[in-house]
Amino acid sequence: MTAPAIELKGISKAFGPVQANKDISISVQPGTIHGIIGENGAGKSTLMSILYGFYKADAGEIFIKGQKTLIPDSQAAIKAGIGMVFQHFKLVETFTVLENIILGAEDGAMLTTSLGKARKELKHLAEEYGLNVDPDAVIENLSVGHQQRVEILKALYRKAEILILDEPTGVLTPDEADQLFRILDRLREEGKTIVLITHKLREIMDTTDTVSVMRRGEMTATVKTANTSPEELAELMVGRKVLLRVDKVAANPQETVLNIRDLRVVDEKGVERVKGIDLHVRAGEILGIAGVAGNGQTELLEVLGGFAHGTGVIEVNGAEIPLTGHGADGQARRAAGISHVPEDRQREGLIMEFSAWENTVFGYHRDPAIQNGPVMDNAGIQAEAQEKMDRFDVRPPNPKLAAKNFSGGNQQKIVLAREIERNPDLLLIGQPTRGVDIGAIEFIHQQIVKLRDQGKAILLVSVELEEIMSLSDRVAVMFDGHIMGERDPAQTNERELGLLMAGITDTSAVADAGDGAAEEALNDG
Amino acid sequence: MDKMPKWADIVLIPLISLLLAAFFSALVILAIGENPIEALKLMIDGALMRSAGWGYTLYYATNFLFTGLAVSVAFHARLFNIGGEGQAMIGGLGVALVCLYIPWPHWSLAILGASVGAACFGALWALIPAYFQAKRGSHIVITTIMFNFIAAALLNYVLVELLRPVGAMDPASAKFPAATHLPSFQDMFSTAETPMFRGAPANVTFFLAMAACVLVWVLIWRTRLGYEIRAFGQSETGAKYAGISPVKITVVAMLISGALAGMMSVNTTMGETERLILNSTEGAGFIGIAVALMGRNHPFGVFLAAILFGFLYQGGAELALWTSIPRELIVVIQALVILFTGALDNMVREPVEKIFIAMRRRNT
Repeated sequence: MTAPAIELKGISKAFGPVQANKDISISVQPGTIHGIIGENGAGKSTLMSILYGFYKADAGEIFIKGQKTLIPDSQAAIKAGIGMVFQHFKLVETFTVLENIILGAEDGAMLTTSLGKARKELKHLAEEYGLNVDPDAVIENLSVGHQQRVEILKALYRKAEILILDEPTGVLTPDEADQLFRILDRLREEGKTIVLITHKLREIMDTTDTVSVMRRGEMTATVKTANTSPEELAELMVGRKVLLRVDKVAANPQETVLNIRDLRVVDEKGVERVKGIDLHVRAGEILGIAGVAGNGQTELLEVLGGFAHGTGVIEVNGAEIPLTGHGADGQARRAAGISHVPEDRQREGLIMEFSAWENTVFGYHRDPAIQNGPVMDNAGIQAEAQEKMDRFDVRPPNPKLAAKNFSGGNQQKIVLAREIERNPDLLLIGQPTRGVDIGAIEFIHQQIVKLRDQGKAILLVSVELEEIMSLSDRVAVMFDGHIMGERDPAQTNERELGLLMAGITDTSAVADAGDGAAEEALNDG
Repeated sequence: MDKMPKWADIVLIPLISLLLAAFFSALVILAIGENPIEALKLMIDGALMRSAGWGYTLYYATNFLFTGLAVSVAFHARLFNIGGEGQAMIGGLGVALVCLYIPWPHWSLAILGASVGAACFGALWALIPAYFQAKRGSHIVITTIMFNFIAAALLNYVLVELLRPVGAMDPASAKFPAATHLPSFQDMFSTAETPMFRGAPANVTFFLAMAACVLVWVLIWRTRLGYEIRAFGQSETGAKYAGISPVKITVVAMLISGALAGMMSVNTTMGETERLILNSTEGAGFIGIAVALMGRNHPFGVFLAAILFGFLYQGGAELALWTSIPRELIVVIQALVILFTGALDNMVREPVEKIFIAMRRRNT
């Protein structure tokens, strides 16, 4: 039997009082794709950062190809044949592909020799693995999928035998993700070892040979992918049975609450990000906006929430709301009955340094009901915060704790509690479960559906296609600032939405022949 | 979980920083052949042991309280107002105009009028950089620095060309009328048998500064405006989401900051010199930055830090008077305190945090 490509023995790592990794042992066979799955904060990234030399383990040993290896920094990791593709790419945007690839691996003071060598090597790698990228393209002009390829090429150029990918599909379209997995397959065939970190069960099931599950810093199980199921993995991740599907009855849409006509948004750099869209949302329904991040969804939410300007017409309950100048701010929007769970809770939805109770009135802090003469009624706000936190099962239920000390899921619950309990007519909700653990996802989805059943209009934006498909009553797909089409989630499939997300409107080829309903929906559209 | 208890953050860390600063100051004093223990004794004796010494210490502390609060309020909105010096100078102009051109029947009314004058002029001087920051994105650090120079030049012009009494040789305004003279601590606390605070400049403005401390605390931690200022300071994107206007908060926070800095002049110009002179601020606007840093931008911390710097100023003056330690070295000692309490805060903080975490782990 060959030695495992990677073997970790008894790895432990603590950050202050938090034990991020507890006595972790894992063995990855060469020439396989090994998945590591776990909730946010389970310790996946910490473990890989130890392997890549970013952190030093408090205890434990690392064996690479059977040899005990010390990895004090990333240089040592590269030397040991480990390459890492980060979730957020580490590329110099204004450099070309070639320049990025030799960055840090230049031999000698003059660049021309290493550039020439890299060009040859790149051509070779492209042929071998199907990793085609124009070596002279400037990074900022490349699509996200191609940028990721550059990261992989960077690792291969450094002779990586082991490739670690951290949440690689978070920024990709379904189609780009498919291409990535084809590349990974090819790499595996060539004998490379791949470690795939993800929280998406489907990716694990589709691509990996073995999978390790992490929970709260511990490795709870390592199993052959073929012998497990998504349900079992979810249970291992969370520690209890989890409902993977959203339980909901058919929507009962009433009158139109939100009506958008020819909305256009130009961002600060003068680029038109929303290019004339028409949408409507009725009371008692969830309209899901699908799309790859950066196709205008953020700007749409910002204009609706009152913190970006736009042109066009937006009516809420039949009354037009201003899109520029006075009355186009968050305060006016709240007064008009719009609540907003923003996409980025850490930069927008919460003030991280504020305590939880201060955050429970953020945006509504001018409400006369919480003033006590010239000062704010802090005691009253605290008492109410405690009740809200209990109702939304925020843990720990301590209103005096700063927002930054809660986990992502509990932070999101604080935002949700605040926005839902204002009893809005229209709820805008962006990336409701980004960075949220599975257990909390279930709860958050239930709350959103509950609000819909109370007859509220909900506009949902998410880059998680599964989430859009399972929550929405109607799905609109955004690409490059346009609405590419609208579908009934019960009568479409991920491939069709994936094409729309890539800007391809001719979806007849994938509107699954076996699923006549999808074709019907297409004809209607 | 916070990394360490609040008392450690507020008391322990500044204390350790202070001891480090004292240690290195002692080395410096040793290096020039003086005895650091003697020097410290002299400082304490001169600044704290006699009421006259306290009279100076508290006089300086009053200045630092106002400028320290000014820096703190702006800093809660993440605005680094280093224009306290200029705002205080222009505030002095406001005091002078109010005292010279309005006939006041009694000092108690005059101090209110002068405070309003100082606050308005100081705020006005902060308004221009604030407006440029809010509307045009001109960095407030750059503009407030430049406005310090403009303020000095403007004051020079006004004193020489406009306010200087006919025939006077020095660039200063006329003496303020007697009705505007503020009671000093000597007037207030001396009895026939026991004179107190003799000759010291501390005056009733100190209590005004204390009141300002309380009001700033209420403003920042209790009012809606303070909530918005803090929210904006922590996250501008968050503020936008909540519908808090960045322009409004930037301008309002700087107006309050400028007003506080300006009010320092009530202490110096009205309480001490009783006329407007050049350079009555003596760098207190800059010391305010160190005071705010050391006081963690909390009014109570600012209060303690202001007293400490008052002590350093007065004790330093005593050293220069009685020993061969030159005046410049006093500035070195003050700089060391600023360096350790302000700039090198993290050097002390991280090890202390580690100790607390280790202790907690052992206990659980």
